[in-house]
Amino acid sequence: MAITEASGGIISSLKLSRRNTLIKWAPLLVLVVLIAFFSLIEPRFFSVRNFARIFTAASPSLMVAVGVTFIIIMGSIDLSMEGTISVCAVSFAFCFMALGGTLASWAWLSLPFALVIGAIMGALNGLIHVKLKIPSFMASLAMGFVGTGLAMVMTGGDRIRIEDEFFRGLLTERILNFPLMVYVAVLFLLVAWVIQSYTILGRNFYAVGGGEELAIASGVDVDRVRIMGFMLAGIFFSVGALLAVGRIGIAETATGNNFMFLSITAVVVGGTALWGGIGGVWNTLVGVLVVFVIGNGMVVIGLPGYTQDGVLGLLVIIAVILSTDRKSISFVK
Amino acid sequence: MYQLTKVNKKFPGVHALKNVDFFIGRGEIVGLVGENGAGKSTLMKIIYGAHQPDTGTIEIDGKTIRFQNSRQAMDYGIGMLFQEQSLITNLTVMENIFLGFELQFSNFGVINWKSMAKAAQYQLKKVNLNIDPSTVTSRLSFAQRQLVELAKVLTLEERIDGDLVILLDEPTSVLAQEEVQLLFELVRQLTNRVSFIFVSHRLDEVLELSDRIYVMKDGEVVDTVKGDKADIDDIQRKMVGRDIDKEYYREYRQKSYDQSKKLVSFNAVSVAEQFYDISFDLRAGEVVSFVGTEGSGREAILRTVFGLNNPTGGQFLVKDSPYSTGTVREAVQRGIGYVPRERKVEGIVNGMNVYENMTLSQLSSYSNKGILRVGEEKRLAENWVEKLSIKTPSVEKDCGGLSGGNQQKVVLAKWRSGGSDVILLDHPTRGLDIGAKEDVYEMVRDMCEDGAGIILVADTLEEAIGLSHTIYVLKDGRFQKCFDGSTGDKPSLYDLVHYMI
Repeated sequence: MAITEASGGIISSLKLSRRNTLIKWAPLLVLVVLIAFFSLIEPRFFSVRNFARIFTAASPSLMVAVGVTFIIIMGSIDLSMEGTISVCAVSFAFCFMALGGTLASWAWLSLPFALVIGAIMGALNGLIHVKLKIPSFMASLAMGFVGTGLAMVMTGGDRIRIEDEFFRGLLTERILNFPLMVYVAVLFLLVAWVIQSYTILGRNFYAVGGGEELAIASGVDVDRVRIMGFMLAGIFFSVGALLAVGRIGIAETATGNNFMFLSITAVVVGGTALWGGIGGVWNTLVGVLVVFVIGNGMVVIGLPGYTQDGVLGLLVIIAVILSTDRKSISFVK
Repeated sequence: MYQLTKVNKKFPGVHALKNVDFFIGRGEIVGLVGENGAGKSTLMKIIYGAHQPDTGTIEIDGKTIRFQNSRQAMDYGIGMLFQEQSLITNLTVMENIFLGFELQFSNFGVINWKSMAKAAQYQLKKVNLNIDPSTVTSRLSFAQRQLVELAKVLTLEERIDGDLVILLDEPTSVLAQEEVQLLFELVRQLTNRVSFIFVSHRLDEVLELSDRIYVMKDGEVVDTVKGDKADIDDIQRKMVGRDIDKEYYREYRQKSYDQSKKLVSFNAVSVAEQFYDISFDLRAGEVVSFVGTEGSGREAILRTVFGLNNPTGGQFLVKDSPYSTGTVREAVQRGIGYVPRERKVEGIVNGMNVYENMTLSQLSSYSNKGILRVGEEKRLAENWVEKLSIKTPSVEKDCGGLSGGNQQKVVLAKWRSGGSDVILLDHPTRGLDIGAKEDVYEMVRDMCEDGAGIILVADTLEEAIGLSHTIYVLKDGRFQKCFDGSTGDKPSLYDLVHYMI
């Protein structure tokens, strides 16, 4: 009796670990299959030029998605990215133009300035969520609209062109065929990875997402962790905003458009669990690439671009189905 | 009319019911008593269809049946009055009464509220409750809610032809004395149609109400006594009668504690609605345990020491000074560690690995300016894995995949490696197998030798007696009696139970 029970336990835990392994690697597998699929249909897809195009387009979204990854690991959600990005982009542009309009002058200060603006927006978001005890999705959604409105007030609906050749070097300057902004994005991705794996804050994100009660019972200052998390997300949104401005050379209220759906899709498709505690920035990298490979691939093989959104929507649902162990969840609200 | 014969039920690692025979006649009131873990709740779950027996038969009026779920049991007239109030508080009384059975009042999916209100009124009359059925449930008192629940179960009278069996699980726990009497009167009136199974910790009430009493112990029915011939002392003895194995609890390792070093001291501390005027001292190397039934305030005391409750009266000192902020953070910093009852929920973070769980409470000691020294964390974890012989392939294994006993060791290692010297153990051996329990007992003795003090809420009375230097008995949040638990002079189970109930 005891023997059969024990072996039963081993078998079920084997099954469990096989399932976990599958879930862990599924997003990467999907990415590889997608690349193979598009390459077979259209060999031009598989070229350095095209990958450079995909990476360039993905860089701003990657930064935004990395920021929101931390929040989702905590089991919360941040929907303020579009407003935050707009405000950061517009404030950066104003500051940049006021200080001389070229990176070769004091105008370089507008880069850290934009990050500070992002941090303030994020911290505000976190404070509203934690101190007023408003669910994060509602607090951040509202803050997002506030941001969009603020950007509109600041610009009066105008676009601000940034034509400084040093700043535009983010796009035009290439190393090994990839524009500079791709390297900037990779650098910040590495920073995010260090934060995730080697800092108290990063560890506490996982603790809060995996068991908030327990984190409290272990003496973790959960409120502080949450506020810091939203602040960190704001900084990454701001980096995303700078890359977005660098890519098209224009800062406007609409700079933030579309980032919400893209970034959250990417995080979920990458395998970070929406209820927190599982996932990380590497998952998000894979998720962002899946999303952009699909977008680019569909254009390259000649499908109309607008089918993209529908496909991405389906992809999110499939990703959540795959990563959810429905047996362990009795109610979903 | 309702009969169980030779019913067995096993859960992984536990033989919860052993050849249980149970019978209830028409209009009879049957009491069911036993310690925590004696198998009462499993037996009840089998009776109302939430569990299915592994072997044995269920018969109603001589016909063998098998329920797949509790809804089917209801179709045979078996209803349950739950211990935790099962009403949905944001719905009205009538919606609660007919929850799941609204179809009878609906035309093409639209509910006729008037006819539902009328039907609800009729049900409420059965329990002598005069309230508007469209009242929102949260506005009722606990006693009223209890009656509404009874009214809800009594809708079976209309739905089912034939006899009913209604289980009452601790129905008096939220009621005042006169409300209890009203309930009992009602129950007696209803016996023309309904048989009752009455489960309670309050033996005097069971004796008062029941025609017959089943006494359970370790998954077996040890005796059945007639209500009019029952004797409280006799039943208590049958509930607990077991020998204590001294080896098992490592009694030979129980050393005397350091009288001079007070770690925690309570002086007439109260927390409103939880416990009142509790005084005790915890000294280095001592195990203090609190015993009492569920709701006697023992867990609340642990929570207070851990900064989760703040005292509303009295003086509470940790190492000779009170808390300044009264938060968990401060408690942890002052060297208090809490090993909670629900390991899966509160003990370890699922998805975090062994070393991450161990250092969660002390990250600042393993970091410079917020950057972690992961190598040191791993070395610490490896050290403790070896010290406590935690069975895990590596310290990078997800803690959720470890067995219960090993998870418990990780939780203990977390506090001890961080230098906590007051350890609060809330049912530390619940759900563990015997070998793992012995490991926990061994660790308790180790901690005492290292000069830590332990406050224990044990899983069983034997455990409390076997492990403790000092035992406090509580009842309804008040101190009853203090027993000295020195080796060779330990109180008996019976001594304790006497003051608990």
